[in-house]
Amino acid sequence: MTVETQNGGAGAPTIRLRAEFEGARVEEVLGTLERELVGLKPVKTRIREIASLLVIERARQKLALTSETPTLHMSFTGNPGTGKTTVALRMADLLHRLGFVRRGHLVSVTRDDLVGQYIGHTAPKTKEILKKAMGGVLFIDEAYYLYRPENERDYGQESIEILLQVMETQRDDLVVILAGYGDRMERFFESNPGFRSRIGHHVDFPDYTEAELLQIAELMLRGTNFRFSPAAREAFVAYIAARMKQPLFSNARSIRNALGRARLRQANRLMGDLDRDLDAEDLMTLDAPDITASRVFRMAGEQARSFSAGDGPPEGAKREPAGPPRAPSSADRARDGAAV
Amino acid sequence: MRITQGCFSFLPDLTDEQIRAQVQYCLDKGWAVSFEFTEDPHPRNTYWDMWGLPMFDLRDAAGVMKELADCRRVYGDRYIRLCGFDSSHGWESVRISFLVNRPREEPGFRLDRQEAAGRSVRYSTHAYVADRPEGQRYT
Repeated sequence: MTVETQNGGAGAPTIRLRAEFEGARVEEVLGTLERELVGLKPVKTRIREIASLLVIERARQKLALTSETPTLHMSFTGNPGTGKTTVALRMADLLHRLGFVRRGHLVSVTRDDLVGQYIGHTAPKTKEILKKAMGGVLFIDEAYYLYRPENERDYGQESIEILLQVMETQRDDLVVILAGYGDRMERFFESNPGFRSRIGHHVDFPDYTEAELLQIAELMLRGTNFRFSPAAREAFVAYIAARMKQPLFSNARSIRNALGRARLRQANRLMGDLDRDLDAEDLMTLDAPDITASRVFRMAGEQARSFSAGDGPPEGAKREPAGPPRAPSSADRARDGAAV
Repeated sequence: MRITQGCFSFLPDLTDEQIRAQVQYCLDKGWAVSFEFTEDPHPRNTYWDMWGLPMFDLRDAAGVMKELADCRRVYGDRYIRLCGFDSSHGWESVRISFLVNRPREEPGFRLDRQEAAGRSVRYSTHAYVADRPEGQRYT
């Protein structure tokens, strides 16, 4: 639509990049990415670069300078809850708008969806998923589980072979995004060099900082018409700090779960007094006790105690039930948590 | 004798490009596309062999076209038809069906007349290829 012949010059066709860029409404996707995703600076920069590359690639195609589809398969590495799936969804949209995939839907799968349980089960299963993903993006979460070197009869290898073949031969029908933890993906690529060479873009997702996690929490709450009271906000800052030190911390996903539990406690707290007249404000506000009742603070407190004073665990455990009635004790714990 | 049946039977055979467009139409409607093949061209032969299962939940015709290519590679010398099955309540049946492949040569039919009681005559159509055993009819 933007290939036009310049009337002045030698008649060489030119392309107006702005029209190209705005015609595909790329900025819209990049804008939502910028707005809805907190932090992730390197990822956003990288996606912007990829988008520029694709716009230029499309311009080149229009002038018949290239006919090949560029390698669009990607690998997203990063810790759990750092937004890999969300970005993949946006990526599908972006690729669709630029015309590199026809439908722009995302099919998200794990090992279970691709690998069968008995001989001859894997190929049809993998092919079915591939057929569903045609015209869109196939997102393979925790891709390294496909390859199990410890079991040589594992069917994962069969699935990998089919995937590799389709990734190579049907590049204009399907884009594959592999996702998983950084170090394990690295090992996966080492043992499957075919994958590495077929993947055009490696994007690394950094962990969120505490401030970003708080921002994410507030964004999530705003989306569901909730908010923190000032005290609760403070408690949540302490919560994040304590939670990050504990094992199995999965960034934004942990935050979402924590908020879910806080809402549970808020509901419970409100139900505690049935005769009270509630207004919208009450129903929207998460208060400090809703946060500080969390198990995370107790565990953090125990950790700190056993580390610092050399208190035996039995004593530390005894201290819990002996505490004064609920609300003050949890407020204490909040201070405990903040101190950690 | 060129066999025709189903949708578009009055048109020349569809090209792959046209088949793809029809498949995309089916998928956009939410129908499940499947392929069936047979060696017996008799018009009353309703139940054909299935090529794999009906493909539910597809979004793009590329997957279906790949399946068609696979089916043609194996049964390229037979009749292959495409069916679009609508699973929505109240329909639950095939909404579209047309031939996407046919043997290179179609010998056609012979008309058999059988003299029955009195002067009545019974007619039946008999495909020439049906005389050969299955699997060797179009080789």
